[in-house]
Amino acid sequence: MSTTNASSEAPLEGGRRGLRRRRPAAGTPAAAARDRRRSKQRRRLANIAGLLAALVLTGVGYSALAPGASAADDATGNPSNAVEAGRELYTRSCITCHGSNLQGVQDRGPSLIGVGEAAVYFQVHTGRMPLVRQEAQAPERPPVFSEEEIDQLMAYIQENGGGPTLPSGDLRDGDLAEGGELFRLNCAQCHNFTGMGGALSSGKRAPSLMEADDLTIYAAMLSGPENMPVFGDNQLTPDEKRSIITYVQTIKAAADPGGAGIGRVGPVAEGLVMWTVGVGALLFGIFWMGTKAP
Amino acid sequence: MATTTTTAPGQPTTLVGKAALEVDDRLIVAGPVRRTLNKVFPDHWSFLLGEIALYAFVVLLLSGTYLTFFYDATMTEVTYQGSYAAMRGIEMSAAFESSLDISFDVRGGLLIRQMHHWAALLFVAAICVHLLRIFFTGAFRRPRETNWFIGVALLVLAMLEGFAGYTLPDDLLSGTGLRIFSAVFLSIPVIGTWVYFTVFGGDFPGELIIGRLYILHVLIIPAILLALIALHLLILVKQKHTQFPGAGRTEHNVVGNRLFPTFAGKATALFFIVFGLCAALGGLVQINPFWLFGPYNPAQVSAGSQPDWYIGFVDGGSRIFPPWEIVLWGYHIPPVLWGALGIPGVMFTLLALYPIIERKLTGDTASHHLLQRPRDVPVRTSLGMMAITAYVVLWISGGNDVIAEKFDISLNAMTWFGRIGFLVLPPIAYWITYRICLGLERHDREVLEHGIETGVIRRLPSGEFIEVHQPLGPVDEHGHGQLAYGGASVPKKMNQVGGARRAIKGFFSPIEEPAEVQRQAELEARGLESEQASRELTGSGRPSEGGRPSEGGRPQQEPRD
Repeated sequence: MSTTNASSEAPLEGGRRGLRRRRPAAGTPAAAARDRRRSKQRRRLANIAGLLAALVLTGVGYSALAPGASAADDATGNPSNAVEAGRELYTRSCITCHGSNLQGVQDRGPSLIGVGEAAVYFQVHTGRMPLVRQEAQAPERPPVFSEEEIDQLMAYIQENGGGPTLPSGDLRDGDLAEGGELFRLNCAQCHNFTGMGGALSSGKRAPSLMEADDLTIYAAMLSGPENMPVFGDNQLTPDEKRSIITYVQTIKAAADPGGAGIGRVGPVAEGLVMWTVGVGALLFGIFWMGTKAP
Repeated sequence: MATTTTTAPGQPTTLVGKAALEVDDRLIVAGPVRRTLNKVFPDHWSFLLGEIALYAFVVLLLSGTYLTFFYDATMTEVTYQGSYAAMRGIEMSAAFESSLDISFDVRGGLLIRQMHHWAALLFVAAICVHLLRIFFTGAFRRPRETNWFIGVALLVLAMLEGFAGYTLPDDLLSGTGLRIFSAVFLSIPVIGTWVYFTVFGGDFPGELIIGRLYILHVLIIPAILLALIALHLLILVKQKHTQFPGAGRTEHNVVGNRLFPTFAGKATALFFIVFGLCAALGGLVQINPFWLFGPYNPAQVSAGSQPDWYIGFVDGGSRIFPPWEIVLWGYHIPPVLWGALGIPGVMFTLLALYPIIERKLTGDTASHHLLQRPRDVPVRTSLGMMAITAYVVLWISGGNDVIAEKFDISLNAMTWFGRIGFLVLPPIAYWITYRICLGLERHDREVLEHGIETGVIRRLPSGEFIEVHQPLGPVDEHGHGQLAYGGASVPKKMNQVGGARRAIKGFFSPIEEPAEVQRQAELEARGLESEQASRELTGSGRPSEGGRPSEGGRPQQEPRD
């Protein structure tokens, strides 16, 4: 069997299987070299020749693959194209902490195998990743990557290990009141009943939901970023997730019927208003009414 | 006989006068009413602080009565079908449902409820500010210890009343507070469990607690509050007001305005200011939006659950107290007991007993009707500032999670700030206050001795520059003032003794007597030299530098200014 045959077939069948088949193809000259065990000199030469042959074959294989990829550029949404672009982005911005095989790096970043595109969407879309520095928790920032680049990264991570995927369609079609009940049961412990967020230990915190869009909330529930637990579809069904999103977004948009919301943080802000505005105004009033000199 | 009575000069001729006579003929009230209407109130602003609390209480009674028309204090499970969409179909207690109805379906309900809540915060705040005024001026000294005890009792009752009211909507926030309260009951050694079951009548939350708190909130505590407030005021009227020391003020008189008409006018105005403020806050600033919190469910809890501000220090004490589990004679004493009952217990005991403690320490058992300025009693003032500092640290710790979240501080750092700050900051506050008191007192003495700094710099024949000082009274042969330190306010600026030649109206600074300044100005306009001479400024007063002892240290020339 000829090695050129195998490598020429590989690109037609797609990248991954092609790569698998090239390995025995590269090994063939090495097998031939086994027969020529005469002297060290000859063996070395044979090894070099084998290596060269392998390199040439890889090169040929790649050149055969590359035109195929560029040709697919016209047809948008080709997964292999997005995966490839995602890999490029990953290698440039993520590999330092998450490792060359998504396996993670000790004390730097966790493994990304199996986190799925939901985790990528949440982390990258909210600007939490790429991380600026190691601290208690990645803060929310303007995203570094464009929507298209985020899609490419999502495709790359999804391709390598799979994991939870993003939902499609309207996420606000759930039941409002049921969503409220589920929110108070599952989310309010950390995010506060008004979604204002709350402090966790050692500088970590559950962020405010005021800026979060539907998909971000959904992705967070699916992927459980940072300290947040994962709410898989067996814990909160997709319908229940949609109900929670409906509740959060409705409450956020709702006007405060009682007047100024003072941050909706409850008694701390109310006490502050009482002692500054209330007592302040009354002290002003009695200064006005009474004499000042004792 | 009959003719002499009909022609008496006091016989009323007007309709009102005749009606008043008819009433007096039957009830004989003219004497007591005249005495009451002539009661003199000191007019210093700080005497109005307690009144703010009184008027806040009136607002609470009025708004609270309206709320009772619509509130249902039962914990029966109902399914909400009202007009707030985000709760429709949710199971909740009837108490929470009626609270939602008050907020969304009762006309004016939300405004009245918010007014009620703001007035409650104001009530306790005004009591505290009033208490601080009484404390720092020594108004609690004999013979007023009784009224001090009543005041402390009023503060504690107001806090309990507020807590009971905070719990009534039966929402997720107040239910969390109730859960903490139940844990505090349980933490009491030996009797804790019994106390808990007596209060709740079963396992938490049971079906009784809201009804019981309601009766406490609308009947029992308000009745006691009302009785104690009446007693507080009766004792005040009987003992008469204290007053700050000053010209014409002695231990045997009260300088100020009569109740009628001046003080009655001011008091009515203040009532409307307080009412207006509560209405403005109730209408403009949202308070306790429990429709966002949801009905109480023991399975749920929210981050950032806080009590109202006046219970915040109790929460703070529980949050920063170290997790020490102590076992004594087989009884387990959980740390929550120290934070939630120990700290407030010590605080209120010390507060109530302070008049006795101070009497023992100073040996001063005399009756006092003249107040002390805080600077004149540095130890008491510093102790007070120390207590306030400790309280504020506890208070901040009560909201430490919200502060940590909003200001991006580690919650652990906030906890350790509370622990260290509670021990370290009060002594620092004591020392700083003590130094400030001494400094202020020394400055008063210096002005009494050397006069007011005029800002006029003179060059003496020897070439030395001096600042001209205006003595406040006669001086001795060294130019030193003869006035004794009396603990009264000392003028520190020329404007305060007519130096500006016109009346200075101030908001925060004292107003001069406009009549006196006016008279001086008119006399000057007529060129009366004698009046002019008495207003001259003096030099250093040293005889060697132009001041003659015989002239009271005055220089011959009037200084240029």
